[in-house]
Amino acid sequence: MVPLSYYLMLGAVLFVIGVVGVLIRKNIIIILLSIELMLNAANINFVAFSHYLQDITGQVFVFFVMTVAAAEVAIGLAIIIALYRNRSTINVEDISLMKW
Amino acid sequence: MAQILFFYFGGVIVGTATLVVTLRNPIYSAISLLVTFFHVAGLFVLLNAEFIAAVQVLVYAGAILVLYLFVVMLLNLRREERYHRQYLVGALLGVVILSELALIVSRSAFQSAIGPFTPAALQAVGNTEAVGRALFTTYLLPFEVASLILLVAMIGAIVLAKRVVQT
Repeated sequence: MVPLSYYLMLGAVLFVIGVVGVLIRKNIIIILLSIELMLNAANINFVAFSHYLQDITGQVFVFFVMTVAAAEVAIGLAIIIALYRNRSTINVEDISLMKW
Repeated sequence: MAQILFFYFGGVIVGTATLVVTLRNPIYSAISLLVTFFHVAGLFVLLNAEFIAAVQVLVYAGAILVLYLFVVMLLNLRREERYHRQYLVGALLGVVILSELALIVSRSAFQSAIGPFTPAALQAVGNTEAVGRALFTTYLLPFEVASLILLVAMIGAIVLAKRVVQT
């Protein structure tokens, strides 16, 4: 039997990989992928707690996380396409000014 | 056996997640993320959450990642791209956050009231039925709010990506 803390540590490692990905990458698509990694880390923690505390609520909330992830991807990719059409770049360093 | 499977899934998850943030080509990053999602689904099966595992494969690997690959190929980026110049600060911050989380996990007991859904009870009812019953009774209002979020996202994506016609 795998202890609960192993799953929590795996979730923590995955979350930190996502945080570092957001901080070190310049490509905005990779930044969105890193956000997906962080959401998956949260999902692992939800399901692990659901299993070890024997409560189905954790699995229900994974659904809501997935809903928010799907909405975030749709909006984020639409913003990226609009951005690329106007600026022809997806490098976050080139789009750091709000209005110029 | 469960331990071996956990370490296999965990190792592959951490390895491919690292590849996602380090590979230069966005297409390779997206493919690595696909492998990560499949192994997270395997981890869910290990935790007796079969329905969530199926949804993970369908929604994340099937829908979300295809959308990413579609946009990556649509934008057709060929330029070599380097890491952000703050990568040392980012890595240092990652180490700090990871050690804090490890400290919290190792010092905490995580004890709480044990719910009624033992593995035997879930086996008798069925995982899907148990999740559906909770979703449509106790969490009916959040479920409706989630559908509203999806509607707003759909409208927003159409409005944002629509080409403005100059008249």
